[in-house]
Parts: sequence; structure tokens; C-alpha cells
Amino acid sequence: MALLTPDPTFYPSPRLAAQAPPEKLAYIVTLQPLGGAKHDALVVLDTDPLSPTYTQIVGRIESPHHGDEFHHFGWNACSSALCPYAPHPHVERRYLLIPGLRSSRIYIYDTKPDPRNPRLVKTITAEEIANKTGYSRPHTFHCGPDGIYVSALGDVHGDGPGGIFILDCETFNVLGRWEVDRGPQHLAYDFWWHLGYDTLISSEWGTPNMVENGVNPDLLLAGKYGHHVHLWDLRRRKHLQALDLGAEQQMVLELRPAHDPTKAYGFVGVVVSIKDLSASVWAWYREKNEWKIRKVIEIPAEPADVDLLPPALKPFGAVPPLVTDINLDLEDKFLYVSCWGTGELKQYDVTDPFAPKETGSVHLGGIVRRAAHPSTGPLNGGPQMVEVSRDGKRVYLTNSLYASWDQQFYPDGLDGWLAKLDVDPGGGLTPDPKFFRAFPDERPHQVRLEGGDASSDSYCFP
Amino acid sequence: MHLPALHGDWPWITLALLGAFHGINPGMGWLFAVSLGLQEKKRSAVLRALPPIALGHAASIAAVALLVIAARYVLPVAAVKWVFAAGLCGFGAYKLLRTRHPRWVGMRVGFRDLTAWSFLMASAHGAGLMLVPVLLEIGKPAAAAPALSRQAMANMPANCPMLAHPASAAVHAVPGVWSSLGAVGLHTLSHLLVAGVVAIVVYEKLGLSLLRKTWFNLDGLWAAALIAAGVVAALA
Repeated sequence: MALLTPDPTFYPSPRLAAQAPPEKLAYIVTLQPLGGAKHDALVVLDTDPLSPTYTQIVGRIESPHHGDEFHHFGWNACSSALCPYAPHPHVERRYLLIPGLRSSRIYIYDTKPDPRNPRLVKTITAEEIANKTGYSRPHTFHCGPDGIYVSALGDVHGDGPGGIFILDCETFNVLGRWEVDRGPQHLAYDFWWHLGYDTLISSEWGTPNMVENGVNPDLLLAGKYGHHVHLWDLRRRKHLQALDLGAEQQMVLELRPAHDPTKAYGFVGVVVSIKDLSASVWAWYREKNEWKIRKVIEIPAEPADVDLLPPALKPFGAVPPLVTDINLDLEDKFLYVSCWGTGELKQYDVTDPFAPKETGSVHLGGIVRRAAHPSTGPLNGGPQMVEVSRDGKRVYLTNSLYASWDQQFYPDGLDGWLAKLDVDPGGGLTPDPKFFRAFPDERPHQVRLEGGDASSDSYCFP
Repeated sequence: MHLPALHGDWPWITLALLGAFHGINPGMGWLFAVSLGLQEKKRSAVLRALPPIALGHAASIAAVALLVIAARYVLPVAAVKWVFAAGLCGFGAYKLLRTRHPRWVGMRVGFRDLTAWSFLMASAHGAGLMLVPVLLEIGKPAAAAPALSRQAMANMPANCPMLAHPASAAVHAVPGVWSSLGAVGLHTLSHLLVAGVVAIVVYEKLGLSLLRKTWFNLDGLWAAALIAAGVVAALA
């Protein structure tokens, strides 16, 4: 049902969105370890410090199926509905779309009647996605000005190419493939855009067959995982340019374009370099109608006692940082980089995107370090998905990556946790000693904040 | 039947008011002009966006005006009236039930793109259809005041040059062609003025936060206006 005035969680610009009131609820998707009998779930957490149930789980709904592997989820509508070329600001941000990365189903949950008790209102089947797009393994959602965009890792056989397909933002019908001309693009993972430049950016992981059983060391050492960023004409759905980071840069994952639509740069995280196990962050930028990319952050591997390493890492005698997620606050000021391997969240001032300055760091978990939170004993897992509140003052972390990869890097089992960090406006990060949530029977993967967060909305106005 | 109020200046005042109604709607162009100004950080970009937006809107309105004229060529007046009345009510009901908006993907737009966008937006929303009762009225011989017809002719070349040729072919055959084109001109001028003033005031003074509170959902009102126009067309 259309609203009389725009959804109050929509903001024309990132500058105005940064003034939004603090979130009172967080939505978290949790997954179950491989072979487990339980179902993945959407969990609701109270984040209102004035509430008697602050930091408690206040709602929960399980998937009707087993083995979905819940992954990066998103809202049906967001601030891009204010974009002037397709304005429809009276839609509501109320449905959460959750992909089963293994089952290829998409679940649509309604948070409206009771935000603490979302209801499942529609399931898009793997067959419908396959029949209408040829794709499988839906991965990331973005609410675009003209529809819901979804990336998919591969085809129905688990091979490439992966790509993007579109859902109708009112009926959630699958409309079809997005790409008209994909050029050399084959691998898929994340995508986002510079709306002000009609440009879409996509990144590369591996096909489902390359990732579903864990990292394949042969493919890794041969440099077969993704090492490109692709630039696309968002209007004409055509491939424009592929930027090669070099075959040693393996798994070019999370994309964070500047939120200000007048700026034409952004950041992408690379999980690992097979040269020295380092991880890195690269900045892409536009120069004279050409897109370019360069490394702006390099995080070295840490030497470690071989006895403490999982089998996959023993030959190297070191812990790779494994940058699995990055996030950029709405002011384009601080970039957060999660090092899932070493168990660290780093904060960089990226006011000059080509000269990031490290301004904060927090250790939690880690393959060898097992750093404790102020309220806990040693932790396993590490900061993985990182979400930043709209006002940039709070950062939420979850510790699970992907069931088979969790098993490979944390073979003693990964105990789920979620933590909140407080941000010093001048730079610096502190764990909130009162805000730590253990998930003993499940693994939290990603957090979305009620009303939006730093990676759920895009803006057409500076 | 004839409504007494349908004579005199009312069609022209109505046209101007409808122009203002369309102009004040963010979805009909001023918001796009503001965003282009913000993207380029120049007021001149706001001003530069207005003529193509007005041209696209005018073209959509003119297409309906030509349709009305063409229908009057081949159908009796009563039939034209009922066809358009039914069309308007049907389209209004459709807009009430289905609020889908046209797809148009792009912020990097030049003159041609903006004109096409504006044409698409106005057409998909039935902006021209809303004017049908007025167009039917001023299309009647001797319905419009001669002075206003002259004004309409003065407006015409500036605002809808593309229509000069097809219009001139029909001008002697169907009474009211110049009036219809004048109607398009007056409506467009009003749309352009209101959209321009709103765009500049928002860009210079009010800022974007106003969008969040004051962007009322006009979809229902718009659909109601279409149905009302259908009823007026039927009764006129």
C-alpha cells in the first residue's frame, strides 16, 4: 500500500541520511553448519539502549526448508526511490529479501505489521530463477531506482557465467537477466553502482562449483579465482571495461562505492594474494572517461606456530588476514576492513581515498590469536561482515563466512557471535563491553539495521 | 447537456492551473532539474534542464490534442466525447489500482534524453488526457474568445514548433486547431514557470530535506483527476 508522504527512512542524500535517528532493531541472518539438522533463521535483535530488552533477541523466524545457507540480504526499497528519473518515494521499506546461497531460493519477509516478528510472505523458487534467468545461487541484493537487482554466482549446473537478474519491486516477480552484453565477464560476486555516473561495478569470487566445497587449493595456487573488477553501463546494460588486479590477487569481493553520487571512486577488498598471503584494498576511480584501479591498503600475513594452524595453512606457517568484507560510512570518511583470518577490524580514514590512514583497530577471535571480547573468554571466528549505522557511530560485526569455509579455516568449530563497536568521531574504535551476543547453536552471517545502514541504500543527490 | 460554466475564460484558466499542477509535481521534471544542478554544482544546469523537460511535456500534451482533433475528423462530436470520457475513466481507474512507474534508467542525460524522459513521464501519467475535457470544449467552433486564440497562436511557435506543419495542414479543416495548439502552449508555459520556480527555490533555498516531508503522494489525486476529467468530458 502506497504511503501519503515518502517512507521516513528514505533520504535524498547520504549527508541527510547520516542525520537519521539511531536504529532500534537489527535483523541478522544466521546459517547452520553443514550437516546440521536445524534451519537457517532471520533473527531480530533489540538495539535500543532505552529498551528493557536491549541486546536481547526479540524475534526469530526459521526458514521452512533445510540447508538454504542464508547470505547477503536486502530491503525491497530504499532511498534510491527518490531518484528523479524514476521517482516512487511512496513505496515502503518493509520487506527483507533473503537468498539461500546453496538452495537458490529467495525468501521475502514482511517486517511491517510487527517489526519484531517478520512473516514469510513469498518464496521464489530455484526453478523460477533458473527458468527466467538461467542463473542460480543468488548472492547480493540492491534496491535500485527501477527494481530489485540480485547477483547470482553461476548457472544451474554450478558453472559460469554468473551475473545479475532483476525482480519487480512490487510483485517480486523474476523479470529476467540484467546483462545485455557481458563482454568478458564470467565470474560474479558483489555489485553496486555510481548512480550519478550511470555505472555499475561488479566483482568476482568463483563459480558455485569452485566455492561450495571450500577453497580449492589447486585452483587458488593457479590463480583461477576472481581477480577482476568490471565496469558496466547501467542504462544500456553493457560491459564497458574490465580492470585486472593481477592473477595473484585472489577473490576480489566486496565493493563499496563512494556514497556521494558526484564522486566517481570506491573501494574493493581482496581476500588473499597468493604471492605472500597478504590481503589488500584497492581504489577504483574515473579519469578522463576511463576507469582505473590501484592498491591503497596492503595488510601482511602474520607468521604463526604451525601447530596452531588448520591443515590448509600449515604449509605456509602464517595466518593470512583474509579480508572478507569492507564497509564505508555514509560520509565517505571511514573505511572498515575486516580481517577474518587474523581476527581484526581495522578502521581507515579515507578522506583522501588514495592515501588511507589507519585510525583504529580491534582484535576479536582469529585463527591463531583467538582474541577475547571484554565480556568473554577466547573467541573463534573473526570479524566478518561489518555493518555501519547511518550516523556512523556504531559498527556491528558477525563472525561466520560460509559454512564450508568456516570449517576449513576454523576446523574446531565456529561458535557464532555478534559484537557492537563504538566509533570515536575523530577516529578510533572500542568494543562496547555490554554489547556482545553469543549464538551458540547457529552462525550469524550479516546484519541489516532497521531503517537502513551504510550498505543498504544508494542516493541520487549529493 | 451544456454546463454553463464551460464558457468564457474557464478553459484557459483550467489549462493554466493544470499546467501548474503538473509543474509542481516532482515526478514531472523539477526534481530532475534540481538533481542535475546538484550533480554539476551549478545553477545553470538546473536552468538548462528546464526547456527539454517542458518540450517533452508539451509533446505529450500535443499528441493528445492531435488525437482529439483527429477523432473529431472521423467521428461525430458525441462519439468523440464518450470515447474520451470512457478512456479517461478507465485510465484513471487503472492508475488507482496500479501505481507502477515507467522505467527509465539514467542520470547522465542530454537534451534529447531529458525531452524523451519528460515525454514518457507525461504520457505514462496521462498528463495530456487530463486536458481532454478542456480540449473538447475549446475545440468547439466559437467556444474560445478570439483574443485568447491570438495569444495561443503567439505561444505556439515558441513552445511546440514541431507541430507547426501537421497543424497547419489541418487548421482550416477542423475548427479549433489553433486553439488546441494554443492550449498546449499555455499549459506548457504554466508547467515551465511553476517547475522552474520550484526547481530554483529548492536548489537555492529550501534544500533536499523538504522532499522527505512535503512530497505528498499525488498518485491518488492524479488518478482522481483523470476520472473527474472523464466525468466532465461526458457531461460537457
